Amino acid sequence: MAYELNGATIEADEEGYITDLSVWNQDLAKLIAEDENIDMNDEHWEVVNFLRDYYEEYQIAPAVRVLIKAVKKSMGKDKGNNKYLYTLFPYGPAKQACKIAGLPKPTGCV
Amino acid sequence: MSILHTVNKSPFEKQTLNSCIAHALDGDAILMVEDGVYGAIDGTAAATQLAANKNISIYALGPDLNARGLGEAKLVSGLTIVDYNGFVDLAVEHDKTQSWL
Amino acid sequence: MSDIPEEASGIVKKFLYVNRKAPHGTIYALESLEVVLIGAAFEQDVSLAFLDDGVFQLVKGQDTADIGVKNFSPTYRALGDFEVTKLYVEKESLAERGLSKDDLMEIMYEDEDDDWEEKPSIKLVNRTELAAVMAGQDVILSF
Repeated sequence: MAYELNGATIEADEEGYITDLSVWNQDLAKLIAEDENIDMNDEHWEVVNFLRDYYEEYQIAPAVRVLIKAVKKSMGKDKGNNKYLYTLFPYGPAKQACKIAGLPKPTGCV
Repeated sequence: MSILHTVNKSPFEKQTLNSCIAHALDGDAILMVEDGVYGAIDGTAAATQLAANKNISIYALGPDLNARGLGEAKLVSGLTIVDYNGFVDLAVEHDKTQSWL
Repeated sequence: MSDIPEEASGIVKKFLYVNRKAPHGTIYALESLEVVLIGAAFEQDVSLAFLDDGVFQLVKGQDTADIGVKNFSPTYRALGDFEVTKLYVEKESLAERGLSKDDLMEIMYEDEDDDWEEKPSIKLVNRTELAAVMAGQDVILSF
């Protein structure tokens, strides 16, 4: 499949993960989120930005528990749990948030 | 009549570099590529072998050194680092190329 | 990151991944790392051994931009986040290759049982010690 953004075609795999990570920008993230029925707010962005920073540093998406710990650190204890992440990304933080962040499908995620 | 020898195997895993050195003649060149560039690390048994052959020029491919985190400070003296264009130049300068796989 | 649920059975075995190949010339190193990361979801007692040319996987300053392959070396520094915190590196293998501990990446983990203190994951061992590590495992996976 592919995304159409401002007249440009952005290639993605059959599940909607973009194939060239370097073409990612915030407008594209919003477009992918729309496809996932997610309306991006500050809390979504916080997770997406964390994923991108982590990937930049380690060349891999973080383990869920790492993501939860980071969210707990920056947004407080009541948000640092799996339930909060699933509220933001109903189909799973791994699948949906990584897709919106323009990262590859996480290793070990079927 | 000189030969450019290329070696792409680690000397710590295969005998490729040793065999190449044993068959190279004065005026030949040895270019280390891929895992072959591990042969360029100083202070190893492979380095001793290389140093014993003064009339053979030794080269290593820069992009492969960088990929493996091998900076110049780690490498044997007298070695020349070349880029992809340098690889082509070496192939042109010698009569033929022998790839030690 | 993975949505795999926690392993229900609760049986924990000792797994050792043995790494003996240099990182970029063949696919073994990357395959091993991916299996380790996938396996981490099953919450077993995982150790990694680096010997022979496998020690080259941990050399710092790797930059693959000019050979057109993914640089997966930074991912070793994320292993602690996956609770893989025991990386045994064989001293003799380093020495034979003209390497020392200073040539390796700094790989740390946060110790949950010690107020999240940062500790080094790399443990230098000699051949005899590594043999004992191997002998103490339930499962050995070789790459």
